[in-house]
Amino acid sequence: MNWKTTTAAMGLALLATTSLARADGELNIYNWGNYTSPDVIKKFEAKYNVKVTITDYDSNDTALAKVRQGGTGFDIAVPSQTYVPIWIKEGLVQETDPGKMENFKNVAPEWANPDFDPGRKYSVPWALGTVGVVVNTDAYKGPADSWGIIFNTPDELKGKTNVVPEMNDVIFAAIKYVGGQQCTDDKTVLKKVRDTLVAAKPNWIAMEYNTIEKMGAGDFKATSDWNGSALRQRLANPAIHYFYPKEGYGLWSDNVVVLKEAKNVENAKLFQNFIMDPENAAGLSAFHRYANAITGSDKFMPADMKDAPEVVIPEAAKAQGEFQKMCAPEIQDIYTKIWTELQK
Amino acid sequence: MATAEEVAKAAERRDVRDRWLLSAPALLVIFLAATGPLLIVLVYSFLTPGAYGDVKWQFSPEAWLSVFMERDIFDDTLSLAGAHVTIFWRSIKLAVVTTLATLALGFPTAYFMATRSEKTRDLWLFLITIPFWTNLLIRTFAVLQIIRNEGIINTILLKLGIVSAPVQILYTDTAILIGMAYVYLPLMVLPVYASMEKLDFRLVEAGYDLYATRFKVLRKIIFPLVKPGVIAGSILVFIPALGAYVTPSVLGGGKNMMLSNLIELQFGQGRNWPLGSALSITVMIIVMVALLAYVRNAGKSGVRHG
Repeated sequence: MNWKTTTAAMGLALLATTSLARADGELNIYNWGNYTSPDVIKKFEAKYNVKVTITDYDSNDTALAKVRQGGTGFDIAVPSQTYVPIWIKEGLVQETDPGKMENFKNVAPEWANPDFDPGRKYSVPWALGTVGVVVNTDAYKGPADSWGIIFNTPDELKGKTNVVPEMNDVIFAAIKYVGGQQCTDDKTVLKKVRDTLVAAKPNWIAMEYNTIEKMGAGDFKATSDWNGSALRQRLANPAIHYFYPKEGYGLWSDNVVVLKEAKNVENAKLFQNFIMDPENAAGLSAFHRYANAITGSDKFMPADMKDAPEVVIPEAAKAQGEFQKMCAPEIQDIYTKIWTELQK
Repeated sequence: MATAEEVAKAAERRDVRDRWLLSAPALLVIFLAATGPLLIVLVYSFLTPGAYGDVKWQFSPEAWLSVFMERDIFDDTLSLAGAHVTIFWRSIKLAVVTTLATLALGFPTAYFMATRSEKTRDLWLFLITIPFWTNLLIRTFAVLQIIRNEGIINTILLKLGIVSAPVQILYTDTAILIGMAYVYLPLMVLPVYASMEKLDFRLVEAGYDLYATRFKVLRKIIFPLVKPGVIAGSILVFIPALGAYVTPSVLGGGKNMMLSNLIELQFGQGRNWPLGSALSITVMIIVMVALLAYVRNAGKSGVRHG
């Protein structure tokens, strides 16, 4: 979901290839880096004769802060589900009513009416994923379907385990590990969370985003990570496996919204509709390596993703998945304090 | 009829006025660019954090209080903000050690350069500036490639049979120091070289003629004369080192926060812009106090020669 490495070069390449033909219109997309399939964009440009420009961001907070300042010139953004309600509440997005669009029939029923956007008045699903544990099974052969890999690191992985420093994900995992509920304000649980984190940290080697490269090179032997990233790692090294922690793991989705300040509203709506088409949704997945919420897209998925355990959640693990929510500001404040305590 | 003198005076006045008028736009831009953002930061540090980032326009001293004091999340007692102090101290320590390390490496380098023949000096100077041609991030990643477990150093050590398992350098404090010293070294060498180049080496010869030992010559003659360069170099290294962000994150693994990470946290996931602003200003105050103390101290003990 979050890549620090931005792909400005990709944007430039797109600009170079698309500016040749005179386009009827424009579309400015503001999305996470290394996340937008150039092929699907090309197809969209050809179909509607629209010139697409992509700008990267690296975190939900960056995107939110920038759009809130206004005057960005972006038409579309792709916030995570936890942030979608904030974007709506702050009046940053406009009601395009994707629920009534032609391709909406393809959206899987469980994603057609989510809590974060009831009735899909604003957003269209872009990608779905999970947060779990990745282990290099050459280094550790024991059971790994637990947050214990991170919070009670086995001896083989001590000093070789990384944690992706996404505050909300890490605290969510720690709460699950000590047996609490997400966004809890129960002080005894939160105290356990803090103590667990502080006690676990000496066994970690780093807290970094750059897991695909470091797991591949062997600097890390285990890490907390997003499933799409885990898939890329396994394709590079078959010994690397993704595990769904039995204590409970987070489910997330990123969603396409149209900004209130958008200048190309019609093109933005076309784009929302366009990516709900099964073939296009599969095209996006083939690039970012996450699942999508479009029924019928599996037909078009690349072979190495069709039954990848990272993408298709195994039956046994399905029940432990839980949608991550945005906690209340005062709880978020406690999280930040625990986080500062952890990283001090 | 005006006399020639009056005409000349009027022309001069006009000239002065024109100069001021012509440079006014540039001066104004510089003034605003320097003070504007700072004022915004200062104002923000006294506001209330918005629920999801940004600020509410409501006065609150809370941010400044929480720079150094914290309310315990569990028993609600107010105490010294241990976490913040630890992080401040870590950054200050790193900046001081980096300054000392670059001085230890940079002083002999500058001496070496200054004692070459005039023709070759330019070549050495040119070589020192080469690292500046590439971006800081790329230079840091280059260091990473050298010290990582599969990196050049470990490969050579393993091949030679000196170690049996790779030495873990990456993600340690040593790694951060190596990276920082490498990145900031030119900033120390250049000013030290600049004053070393002006050094009159006849004074050094005179020192030897008067039976001074090598160490005494260094301490009593060379060092006092190049002191301005050392001071300038130390300042140039210390200030950016205090706010270093890229190098500690990439080489240190981001487990332990630096000041810069703490500030970033407030503007990002922490969503406490006032606290971030207050922390930023605190850093500026630390730099200012350190500079004043340093410059005043250095000025006092400076021995006049020549």
